[in-house]
Amino acid sequence: MSESTVASPEGGAPKVSRISEAVIRIAGNSQDGIQAIGGFLARLAGRSEQEVMTFMTIPSTISGGPSIFQVRIGSGEVLSAGDEADVLLAFYQHSYEGHISSLRKNGIVLFDSDHVEPRPEWQNSYHHVGVPISNLTIEAIGGTARDKGKNIFALGLIARMFDLNVPKLEKLIQERFGGKDESIVKNALTAFHAGYSYAIGDLIETFRFMDSRKKGSQQVVMNGNEALGYGLIAAGVRFGAGYPITPWSDVMELLRRELPKYGGTFVQCEDEIAAVSMAIGASYAGRVAVTGSSGPGIALKAEASGWAGMAEVPVVIVDVQRGGPSTGMPTNVEQSDLNIACFGAHGDSPRVVLAPANVEDCFYIAIEAVNIARKYNVPVYILSDQSIATRIEAFPEPDLEKVCQDITPDLSPVAEYKPYDLSAEDGVVRRVVPGTRILNGKYPIATGLEHDEMGHPTGSPKLHMEMTAKRRRKLQALARTLPTPKIYGPSEGRVLLVGWGSTQGPIREAVDRARAAGDSISSIHIRTLSPLPPGLEEVFSGFNHIFVVELNDSGIYGYGGQLASILRARFCNPAIRGINKTDGLTWKVKEILAAVKAKLESNGSPA
Amino acid sequence: MSSITDIPARNSNPAPADVERKPLTKKEIAADHPTWCPGCGDFSVLALYFKLIEKRKLWHEKITTIAGIGCSSRFPYFVQAHGAHFIHGRALPFATGISLSRPDLHVFVFGGDGDAFSIGGNHFNHTARKNIKMTYVVMDNWVYGLTKKQTSPTSPLGFRSKTDMWGAVDYPINPMKQAIAAGATFVARTTHSNPNHVLQMMEAAMDHDGFSFIECLSECVEFYEGAFDASNPRKGGVFKEVPKDHDVTDELAAYRLASDPFPGYFGIFYRNPKPTKNAREAEIIRKSREQVQGLKDWEILQKTFDRLK
Repeated sequence: MSESTVASPEGGAPKVSRISEAVIRIAGNSQDGIQAIGGFLARLAGRSEQEVMTFMTIPSTISGGPSIFQVRIGSGEVLSAGDEADVLLAFYQHSYEGHISSLRKNGIVLFDSDHVEPRPEWQNSYHHVGVPISNLTIEAIGGTARDKGKNIFALGLIARMFDLNVPKLEKLIQERFGGKDESIVKNALTAFHAGYSYAIGDLIETFRFMDSRKKGSQQVVMNGNEALGYGLIAAGVRFGAGYPITPWSDVMELLRRELPKYGGTFVQCEDEIAAVSMAIGASYAGRVAVTGSSGPGIALKAEASGWAGMAEVPVVIVDVQRGGPSTGMPTNVEQSDLNIACFGAHGDSPRVVLAPANVEDCFYIAIEAVNIARKYNVPVYILSDQSIATRIEAFPEPDLEKVCQDITPDLSPVAEYKPYDLSAEDGVVRRVVPGTRILNGKYPIATGLEHDEMGHPTGSPKLHMEMTAKRRRKLQALARTLPTPKIYGPSEGRVLLVGWGSTQGPIREAVDRARAAGDSISSIHIRTLSPLPPGLEEVFSGFNHIFVVELNDSGIYGYGGQLASILRARFCNPAIRGINKTDGLTWKVKEILAAVKAKLESNGSPA
Repeated sequence: MSSITDIPARNSNPAPADVERKPLTKKEIAADHPTWCPGCGDFSVLALYFKLIEKRKLWHEKITTIAGIGCSSRFPYFVQAHGAHFIHGRALPFATGISLSRPDLHVFVFGGDGDAFSIGGNHFNHTARKNIKMTYVVMDNWVYGLTKKQTSPTSPLGFRSKTDMWGAVDYPINPMKQAIAAGATFVARTTHSNPNHVLQMMEAAMDHDGFSFIECLSECVEFYEGAFDASNPRKGGVFKEVPKDHDVTDELAAYRLASDPFPGYFGIFYRNPKPTKNAREAEIIRKSREQVQGLKDWEILQKTFDRLK
């Protein structure tokens, strides 16, 4: 919590501090509605032109269990959900004991004194504030407070503690609970005000956020799965097919609910293979369609994705990565599907792999994926992950009139059509879809067999070579259009951190922190993993050490994870090494910095 | 932007009006010469598909011919129309993607018994129960032909193959029972040796608004010669049509017909139109769009984003 203390208006009373940011961790059980508190805080930040990022853990059990929701709100840039909490709100003894270590020294632990017995040995290290949250909630709204209301009471406490905008919060509560029974809204507001009027300021100092540097910009607040779903709609996708699996299911549920408004539909299929096949069928019939999955579901889609590559039919495949292999860790994050996305079909199977950097990027990358698929007639993978899928961020509202696109196919008759025209520039042919009359009477077949230019099977060695090259040339042409990733920091130095996907924020924060301490360190973020963008060799040449920071295993040969292996193969550069971890959690900034330090001190460094 | 259930695509440069077009001739519909073995039953099915297109005045661009993998699944290459040769066992979900997003097209799927009842067995059940509008013709030859004589899910007990050299030991699937139990709304049986009957079944299937399934016995002269002689009067067999008084809406009666031992009955066992998924989804779309009437797509999304502020 970066702060500057100002004199309290009432002399002797606890002081009010001006802060630029705060990290609040709420720990309880998943059925207590702690995600709701976090959601309110994130949305409030969005409406107050602040930056926000959240982080949550959920048990992969049906009946709930211990769960946390962490919110980092800032008046300046927020790049990660924060390494340490400034405030821990603990509902139970297990929440208190399990999460006190995530609190910074002298941080505030706000606990429900009806359930938590503070430990004497921690009294000196952390500022303990006990409030009988459960009983006060019962007093305020009746009932048992076992499941309902105490989260909103606690929100009231937090609102008072951080001097949050009460009318905006009331409005958010009304929006959230509105439409239901009126007594529910009333109870929620009563609980909120009971918490807000609790004299917490008598017990601890209170805080006030500095004005946001983003004053005046309109923001939307959502999680990565929502941003991805809405991005697909903006891209013009009107058909999707999927099968339920965590954490992909939210995207599927959103599309099922929303697509009919746009004249589209989403089908819940009997299995993952049916889902990818159906999406490819719909794409074949005209408009780029989407399927998606997580973990094992992605493996099941492999064969059909190879057909799309061979038959040159576009499709977008979303992979919300989770811990693997096999059933793995369904509610944890990992970046271990890069290999299957890049190479996960038999044969030389062309595909494009993109990964969003943050929630906002989920929206725009969906549009980009659709457009690449359409232009190059390839399967395009979007590698999201569990952390980006569930974290909430505020970002500038997109100009929807400008970005929304219509990808309805043109069925105007054509004189002739060769779906696999070898003379086409860069191997890229504009698709002519069923329903289109072809005036010379020669119709195309989309096929997984090696084929001639009309799609008829061939055993010709020459054609197989030419067609393989044609499919490859499309990706080479795409690569030429990609921008070289911008270097975050100076273009020359000792260390370059390379990242992809959802880890962009903590990597940049690590660079900021290390540079502030005088280290020579920069970073780049690779958004298109296959094909790789041009110019990386020049970027790498400016640094002594290239550390690829990934949430996956460091590999059999020990030099790095999945992207590191691809980059080593591509650039034959032994300066490329990996910084990896597989604990199923997002990077903490201090973990990255510690790993950089350890790597530099270890042997085998080329400089 | 158009809804996928009404105007599926734009047409900025229309072709000469359809009234000026003559029905297609067999020459215009035929593409590659089939790669099937001489005498294969599949030739007959292909010829009758051509006849169907001619007779029903279907245009090249209005049909899609879809198949999975197998001898019979080579079908789309032999038809001069938009078509796709998809992966093994997954032709039905692929065709579902077409059917649900392009109501202006006739979707025909051709395949064999391995595609339908072994690797694609689960898709068969679910496409049937969802009642997706399409016609599915399974050319059942009781053997894996393309891979040269392995046991198929419809091979009878005792059939000697390269994988059951002592004779097949697994009980075969009864395709008619499978289709009825899965909820198919049109279930018919025919055989390649009776061309008029094949055409009759194809026409009825095409006219059915829903998932229409035809099991067409189609002899593999290479690996299972004579398998269907008992159903062919020219080979001393009996072609027994479904009794005239059979009630095609009676599911149990249809199931009983399907229990008749080989050669069994030929004709429509079951036909009971129910709303298709195509229609139900279109209704969901219609209702959803009532609430956003007059709004452009970006304006609908804007309304959603306004709630996410």
